[in-house]
Amino acid sequence: MTHSEKATRYIKDEARVDWHDKALWFVRQKRDIQTKKVPEWETLRELASQIKANVLSELDTYLTQFEENAIKNGVTVHWAKDAQEHNDIILRILNGKNAKKLVKSKSMLTEECHLNSFLEKNGIEVVDTDLGERIVQLRHETPSHIVLPAIHLKKEDVGETFHTHLGSEKGAKDPQYLTGVAREHLREKFLSADAALTGVNFAIAETGGITVCTNEGNADLGAHLAPVHIASMGIEKIIPRQSDLGVFLRMLARNATGQAITTYSSHFLKPNNGQEMHFVIVDNGRTEQLGRVDFRKSLYCIRCGACLNTCPVYRRSGGHSYSFTIPGPIGSILSPGVDLKKYASMAFASTLCGSCSDVCPVKIDIHHQLYKWRQIIVNESNSSFSKKQIMKAMGFLFSHPGLYRFAGKTGRKLVSSLPGFVLYNGLNTWGNGRELPQPPAQSFREWYLENKHKTGNKL
Amino acid sequence: MKVGLFVPCYVDQFYPQVAVATLQLLEKLGCEVGFPLNQTCCGQPMANAGCEKESKAAAKLFVENFKDFDYIVGAAPSCVGFVKEHYDILEQNPDVSHVRTKIYDITEFLLDILKITKIDARFPYKVGFHQSCHALRGMRMAQSSEINGASFSMQKQLLSMVDGLEFIELDRTDECCGFGGTFCVTEAAVSAKMGSDRVADHERNGAQVITGGDVSCLMQLEGVIRRQNKNIKVVHLVEILNGVSFEK
Amino acid sequence: MSSRALILERIKHRKPTICSLPTIPLFERTDIDLNTHFKEMLQFAGGQTVDFPVSDGMSDLINGIFPEANKILSNIESVKSKNVDFKSISDAHQLYDIDLVVLKGEFGVAENAAIWISGDTLFSRVLPFITQHLVIVLDKKQLVWNMHQAYQNLNIFPENGFGVFISGPSKTADIEQSLVIGAHGSKSLTVVLI
Repeated sequence: MTHSEKATRYIKDEARVDWHDKALWFVRQKRDIQTKKVPEWETLRELASQIKANVLSELDTYLTQFEENAIKNGVTVHWAKDAQEHNDIILRILNGKNAKKLVKSKSMLTEECHLNSFLEKNGIEVVDTDLGERIVQLRHETPSHIVLPAIHLKKEDVGETFHTHLGSEKGAKDPQYLTGVAREHLREKFLSADAALTGVNFAIAETGGITVCTNEGNADLGAHLAPVHIASMGIEKIIPRQSDLGVFLRMLARNATGQAITTYSSHFLKPNNGQEMHFVIVDNGRTEQLGRVDFRKSLYCIRCGACLNTCPVYRRSGGHSYSFTIPGPIGSILSPGVDLKKYASMAFASTLCGSCSDVCPVKIDIHHQLYKWRQIIVNESNSSFSKKQIMKAMGFLFSHPGLYRFAGKTGRKLVSSLPGFVLYNGLNTWGNGRELPQPPAQSFREWYLENKHKTGNKL
Repeated sequence: MKVGLFVPCYVDQFYPQVAVATLQLLEKLGCEVGFPLNQTCCGQPMANAGCEKESKAAAKLFVENFKDFDYIVGAAPSCVGFVKEHYDILEQNPDVSHVRTKIYDITEFLLDILKITKIDARFPYKVGFHQSCHALRGMRMAQSSEINGASFSMQKQLLSMVDGLEFIELDRTDECCGFGGTFCVTEAAVSAKMGSDRVADHERNGAQVITGGDVSCLMQLEGVIRRQNKNIKVVHLVEILNGVSFEK
Repeated sequence: MSSRALILERIKHRKPTICSLPTIPLFERTDIDLNTHFKEMLQFAGGQTVDFPVSDGMSDLINGIFPEANKILSNIESVKSKNVDFKSISDAHQLYDIDLVVLKGEFGVAENAAIWISGDTLFSRVLPFITQHLVIVLDKKQLVWNMHQAYQNLNIFPENGFGVFISGPSKTADIEQSLVIGAHGSKSLTVVLI
């Protein structure tokens, strides 16, 4: 299904849509308050963007530097060209330690690789430990937002899920109570885990260390208790210097949730005594995106989620209307590079209002990239987009003045003479919620010819 | 000063009064205004739908029509911005670059070129200003709410010169109306919801009139208002500047 | 070709031309009272501060705040551990029922109330996370304004290879965006400013 079809379905429950819109707009407002308290905010955006530009231009050097330092620190480093290899590496590490129970903190990369289902097929119990991710995991859903995975759900939904799976009181919906139930449930999982997997927010070339940010503390509870800590990272997570974290940690939480910083910003350089630490560096299409001149800037993304929160289309269509792992504006510029046909409609799920680009902490020109992907999708995807034909006709029309004027007049007459049911049936979707403009008696051209042209106004 | 009047396709067809007001306003301010009769469309609807190639013919025609004017002025930041930004699809020559640098939205033209400081118009209403995205984040005619910097709006600055006009405050100062070119029909459900939410914001905050600089947005908002039978009028800002009156 | 070689080869051929790495200014500010700002930001992050300029009686102070804490572990000399001894812990999993942990903070960051905890001071890395409640003792002379200055302090990284900035107690808003304090980590954070 296209984004439009899914969104049309989602939008039928208007009360829920309004709630979703307001909840995310509130996050955007909190973001505005925090970022406006930092006088150098725009300078930080520029610096962050420049650091990321530098990273891409020396990515191979930084990756090898990172690897070298990590090995010196006692970490085992793995390289995966694609999702399958990533999953195989994880399974091999787990099997090597005879690990059957894995606790996992938030990692969009493992979602992208469909790691959970792969490991479960191979007899591993995988428990997502971020509260929102645990909720969607129990419901056999996917995250609908990269920072707020369960934002599509109401507390009643969560109450029911926890009653079914965790034995909480029937009908309970108090977030405090439900979080307490999850805390007890997941503490037991942390204490019995054989291995922990975390994502990586930043990987620092000069130290070989990684930084992981959470509010809940779930990454640390997993990583410090389990005998094995695996961290999966895309190649673009590299930053050159530890001091660059000063820029990124000042921006990440402020832009994501309106906090000044996340509760925990953990810096892992060396494994714990008696523990193994593994870093898995993953490509999975990223080097292809690096080669696309118009789109490589999408690799700057630090996954703050602000472009989702600010997007008026995302807020009203929900994350599950986007078929890609990463929804919203950033997902819509990453997905066509993965599968041009499958995700064709995502680049069109935007008014090109540009709010995403202005809110982006690393200055990705998101809405310009959406525009550019549209050109490629229409030209190359050989899709059934009937729009292509319509637009061709329009292009032809507008380039032929005589034809245009004729069609314009006919069009106007048609609008005024057609009965409402024709205009507002399924064929003319403008009639969905809106009236057509009242056709004027004269077009401007006609008015001009009558009132101005004849009276000798010079051209 | 020879000014070419650029009238976007849907203004010509559905909102001729906006083009009339633009023409009259420019003439009142002493400009010699010409209207090239062969003009059609800037090409933006096709390009935003992914058909940039098909829009090239429209773009070529546009340059042909307007290359001989000192300035090109239209009351549509969205279309003007498209010519400025996206006419890189044409092979660049002196005519193309002349058109791209000398095209102005009416607001910019009045403030930056004609440098007007007062307007002889009265409009005693509570007005909700709809900020068009392309004026904001394309033409940078105002400060967007995402960016940290001093607040300004060229369009509101102009409207502030009108006697009796009172701005209402909106809950969301620069959220998109949901028009988005072909988005309004390809994503009709989301588009209509966005339009409805925008109108509700103006209504909640007591707007008698909604105004703005881009007719496409106003067409969207007016469509919602008429469907929902709301008692809010929609006028383009040039109509207000040109002294539009609702009294008989 | 190994995946490592393949990935590096692809990058080499596809990366953009060199862009220089910018120098990061310190963005120092002299117009801000670090102490006051730190306290405000900690409150915003869900924590609380207690001013305690003398070291005598800190144990009593903490027992007063947490009268029900049964097992207390402390790495601060002036605060005694209670009903548990570091020496008796051979495996971090044994820490599951610790009620209160009292730790030394190395330095604090006023702009966001983040406190740096060095792995070198932790006998187990999980300590600040597994405890039900956390107290950090911080010398207010060790406050800096922002994260740029904070990273200047970290040019020498903890020897054991772990460190964490902590700002407030563990929290989540994953259920309907309602803020709940006490997700998986500590349910409260009290910073004692000495």
